[in-house]
Amino acid sequence: MTTTELTKKDMLLESLNELDFSNEPQFAQDLRSNAKNALENLEFPTSKTEYWKYTRIGKIINKTYGIQHEASDSNIAITPYLIPELDANIVVLVNGFFRADLSKIENESGLNISSLKDAVNNSNPFVENSLGKIAKAEKELFIALNTLCYTDGVAIEVDKNAVIEKPIHILNITNSDNLISNTRTIVKAEENSSIKIIESFVNLQGNESFTNNVSEFFLNANSNLEYNKIQNKNGESYQISTEQAYQLKDSNFTINTITLQGTLVRNNLNIEVDAEGCETNLNGIYLGEGKNHTDNHTIVDHLKPNCNSNEVYKGILDDNSVGVFNGKVFVRPDAQKTNAFQQNNNILLTDDAVINSKPELEIYADDVKCSHGSTIGQLDDEAIFYLQARGVSKRSAINMMITAFVKDALDRVSIPALKNYIDLKIDSRFN
Amino acid sequence: MLKIKDLHANIEDKEILKGINLEIKAGEVHAIMGPNGSGKSTLSAVLAGREEYEVTKGEVDFGGSDILEMSPEDRAREGLFLAFQYPIEIPGVSNINFLKTAINETRAHKGQEAVTAKEFLALVKEKSALVELDAKLASRSVNEGFSGGEKKRNEIFQMAMLEPKLSILDETDSGLDIDALRIVANGVNTLKSKDNATVVITHYQRLLDYIVPDFVHVLYNGKIVKTGGKELALELEEKGYDWIKEEVDAVS
Ligand SMILES: Nc1ncnc2c1ncn2[C@@H]1O[C@H](COP(=O)(O)OP(=O)(O)O)[C@@H](O)[C@H]1O
Ligand SMILES: [Mg+2]
Repeated sequence: MTTTELTKKDMLLESLNELDFSNEPQFAQDLRSNAKNALENLEFPTSKTEYWKYTRIGKIINKTYGIQHEASDSNIAITPYLIPELDANIVVLVNGFFRADLSKIENESGLNISSLKDAVNNSNPFVENSLGKIAKAEKELFIALNTLCYTDGVAIEVDKNAVIEKPIHILNITNSDNLISNTRTIVKAEENSSIKIIESFVNLQGNESFTNNVSEFFLNANSNLEYNKIQNKNGESYQISTEQAYQLKDSNFTINTITLQGTLVRNNLNIEVDAEGCETNLNGIYLGEGKNHTDNHTIVDHLKPNCNSNEVYKGILDDNSVGVFNGKVFVRPDAQKTNAFQQNNNILLTDDAVINSKPELEIYADDVKCSHGSTIGQLDDEAIFYLQARGVSKRSAINMMITAFVKDALDRVSIPALKNYIDLKIDSRFN
Repeated sequence: MLKIKDLHANIEDKEILKGINLEIKAGEVHAIMGPNGSGKSTLSAVLAGREEYEVTKGEVDFGGSDILEMSPEDRAREGLFLAFQYPIEIPGVSNINFLKTAINETRAHKGQEAVTAKEFLALVKEKSALVELDAKLASRSVNEGFSGGEKKRNEIFQMAMLEPKLSILDETDSGLDIDALRIVANGVNTLKSKDNATVVITHYQRLLDYIVPDFVHVLYNGKIVKTGGKELALELEEKGYDWIKEEVDAVS
């Protein structure tokens, strides 16, 4: 026994050691042990880590968490978290585990939704071949942490030519205080297929809980994948969320990140566009209040010619909240005729709210159209007065202005019921 | 209907209104004229409740209540309307939708039922026709991409939709060609009744050929320095403001 003090990382890993994965097939165990090795070389980010410059994670790592070892059978009323008027396949995860009893899944032809744990234990070929292939443990500590100890999640496979109209709604629930959960989503859209997914993150009770989730999206030729992430955790809550996508020829990937609440939220989006003719849309809205801290880091890597990417992030920051936006677009030497558009607009509702916005373009090709912009402003008092002078209450006027401000960030939400739901959430927030 | 007594108002500690007295009764049309910078827009903004202006002295009674204590929206709901000199563009906020909210919040304020979709559409159709505002324009974002004349017609369209008791038109005529001027004036005259009143702020006599005032006031340096009938407007048109300035400056 050495007298060396245990580091924060050791302590976190120690608590996670209690998880037992020894019954898993070899490939899954290999993945975990690889992540364990990767973790040896990765440290928690500090103020000197460029990628984490504006986000301190002390709040998350200076705590001890409990873990849940297996799915419980506690009854949970999920209705309040469903999206009204939405006919969807409902996949419920609670404290890191799939809950078949609460879920409502009808696998239609061409669609296969299953718990990730089951898919792993059954050595599902798609999961075996793809898990961890693009969200690589060596790259980032929180990916490694998730890979080492993810407990469950969702695996979705859409067959060739299958156009799935009915969205999948993953309800990722935390209902314990001081709990760490690592969930994982893996989605593969085969050639010419189409799928829409919503994942909402909520707390039923979950004060000072930490969710570290990772998603991997594989888009084969001419496929369409829309992923809508709704972050709506109340109370003191922490989330680090990584989405990794890989696009092949003529595919269309859309990711909408809507952060309604959350004490500390960090989103890492990494999209590799590795074939011609692709379209990538990454939009987001973040509403900060109190001392919330919301950080969106996105990377779009254009490796091949003739692709478009569009990015619109809108932030509304109230009270003492802090927003961080860092959007990076790489256009590699081969990626001629790339159109990349990026925009981040912010409204600060108080003098104490803060935004750090940094759109970045790194262009190594010469025949491209790229633009980026970032704005910070206040709500237009004159416009609010104009509306009031017609009899509209100040509250409604502010609400109208905010709805107008965020509007184009919602253009790529193609599910009408979801759009209404988001509108209502924003509405009730400012009413 | 409106009684202004010794109204003083500042902006950024600079006194702009220096003791305004004015009484307006139902059924009347008042014109306020005066050189640039004399405080005409300030007066209308203070009446509409713009927070930037600080009222330092005086009273304003509107239909029996102290208007200065009310929020801008409550003043509007009680029947005060201001057609802005420079109508602002509000991208993303639908002209029609916001008016519907305005009407319904006003109705709620008065304890009335909300307007039905059908009633509302009929109203839009009728009132946009009145000011010859293209229905498509009426439903776009507020004033976004509107020409100067369209913005002014939109102000009168909104006025028609809201049916106010007292309308203040702040230089609604400026920048309008003669056809647009006639359309706007026609709109105002159609809405005129014995129960409502209109204040027309203008530089030019020509609007007053169409909207005939009962009283003409000259606002100069924050005060109403002269009041007369419609012939005063003609005199001002002919002689300019210098003689009035001289009269006032000689006294003080
Ligand atoms: N926001 C403001 N800040 C400072 N001064 C102002 C502001 N608005 C108006 N003023 C001043 O108040 C005076 C009256 O302006 P205004 O009411 O617009 O005059 P009018 O409408 O009669 O032309 C002018 O001297 C103008 O410069
Ligand atoms: Mg003026």
